[in-house]
Amino acid sequence: MANLPDLKIRVGPLNLKNPVLTASGTFGYGAEFAPLMDLNRLGGIVVKGISLRPREGNQPPRIVETPCGMLNAIGLANVGLEAFLEEKLPRLRKLRTAVIVNIYGNSVEEYGEVAAGLRGADGISAIEVNISCPNVKQGGMAFGTDPDMSARVTARVVKAADRPVIVKLSPNVTDIRRIAMAVEDAGADALTLINTLTGMAVDIERRVPRLANVSGGLSGPAIRPVALYMVRQAVKAVRIPVIGVGGIMDYRDALEFLIAGARAVQVGTANFVHPRTGLHIIDGLTDFCRAYDIPAIEHIIGTLKEK
Amino acid sequence: MITEQTSQIAFNKQVASRVFLMGLKSPEMRAAAVPGQFVMIRVRQAMDPLLRRPFSICRADGDLILVLYRVVGRGTEILSEMRQGDSLDVMGPLGRGFGHPPDGRRAILTAGGMGIAPLLFLGDSVGFLGCNLLAGFASSDQVIGPDRVGLLNVEMSVATDDGTLGRQGTVADLMEEHLSHMDPEPGMVFACGPIPMLKAIAAIAMRRDIPCQVSLETTMACGLGACQGCAVKASGRRDRSYWHVCREGPVFDARDLDWGAL
Repeated sequence: MANLPDLKIRVGPLNLKNPVLTASGTFGYGAEFAPLMDLNRLGGIVVKGISLRPREGNQPPRIVETPCGMLNAIGLANVGLEAFLEEKLPRLRKLRTAVIVNIYGNSVEEYGEVAAGLRGADGISAIEVNISCPNVKQGGMAFGTDPDMSARVTARVVKAADRPVIVKLSPNVTDIRRIAMAVEDAGADALTLINTLTGMAVDIERRVPRLANVSGGLSGPAIRPVALYMVRQAVKAVRIPVIGVGGIMDYRDALEFLIAGARAVQVGTANFVHPRTGLHIIDGLTDFCRAYDIPAIEHIIGTLKEK
Repeated sequence: MITEQTSQIAFNKQVASRVFLMGLKSPEMRAAAVPGQFVMIRVRQAMDPLLRRPFSICRADGDLILVLYRVVGRGTEILSEMRQGDSLDVMGPLGRGFGHPPDGRRAILTAGGMGIAPLLFLGDSVGFLGCNLLAGFASSDQVIGPDRVGLLNVEMSVATDDGTLGRQGTVADLMEEHLSHMDPEPGMVFACGPIPMLKAIAAIAMRRDIPCQVSLETTMACGLGACQGCAVKASGRRDRSYWHVCREGPVFDARDLDWGAL
């Protein structure tokens, strides 16, 4: 039997044991999934978005299933910075996997305050900045659809943070490359894309939106081709590493993103369908590399043959 | 302990109009399940429909867990076509189940339609002799009694909207009737069914200061407390704005819910 392929990967300043992370908002604070799997096998966990103060979230209904996907309008419900540090981080810190804290703010200043609040906290590998949530009234996507605002938020977080900064981009833009380049210039260490695509669904009997928030973010395999194309565009436009996310259900989907140039992937909605999806993808990547005599996953990244 | 596994279907049979009873082989879940808990079933290994569906456990028997479901959409349609020997991806048991009535006091179990499912498990577990089982259905062809899931010689008072079986009226009417005869008052009221029915039952119980636990049904994606999609408004009695049905429920103390928002 050949040696196990090397799945270790560098994403800018981040060293991951493998390129498979769980996406923010789909994996809670990790603990929810602990009874079902060994979290330490994951390349990393991106925790549910944290804001300066607790947020109760949107009114229900908050989710609706759609063809090969789902819409959600959770509204960034979270425990807030203080409770995260006191109640959630101590458990996360014990894990032997990268913990990436997703943050969100209502203003440029507030993004900075959350990043500053995480300074010195043990057990956080990186910060992922959410400038792309479609489901909140203030901020969120408003920052992520404008290159100047995206850059301002990025610069503020980079200045306030004492660890690598990843910025998560919205797909709800005309040209993803402009945002990606602006965020790179502002000092981001890496990019994550894509967040959800804005959509809606209608209850035809009652003639009302199926989400109380009217619109929501579309996720799941339905969005994968869109995500893949945007990742490819970003990879070609920037020098910083790109993390791909959007509808990844199995190792084959993950490979599409890696071949297109993503240095890591995040698993989102698939965690709801099958809690161990991340681990299955890691096993699938291992088997794939062995089958094709690929000594390290690094050799696959960005190998797309384009004319 | 939560298990996620491929479970074999021991049987899947129609027991009433569009209502099916499915037996799933899982010694692990059967050993862990308490009344009021549910399982998340992936109806097929495909991208569509994508999400698992939640189902109350209606009985634990031998090494089987039993679920009772009505065909209401694509997911349950697919489920109804499954056969003995087929396998399904099942995760459970999930959520917080029913509490226990105070020692020696009678419990009233009230069901609306398919809400009967978790109450059959509860009655079977605490003993139907200590319970008054009351159930309301739209019409006689919708009635699902304990006998349909193999629980024999259990008494159930029935109300139907159209009067085709039992008392004409609602399960809330039935409960008022029972309460007027019961001395001492019951120690606890348990309820599961549509929201208007739960509201009526909870209002009666709270007015009389009888502890009341209700089991809610919502759309959910993960069943584990991660997606926060199954939120329901809290009453504010316990310093919370929302509860998550999958994790803090599906069973709630009636006083902990904001009934105006449901």
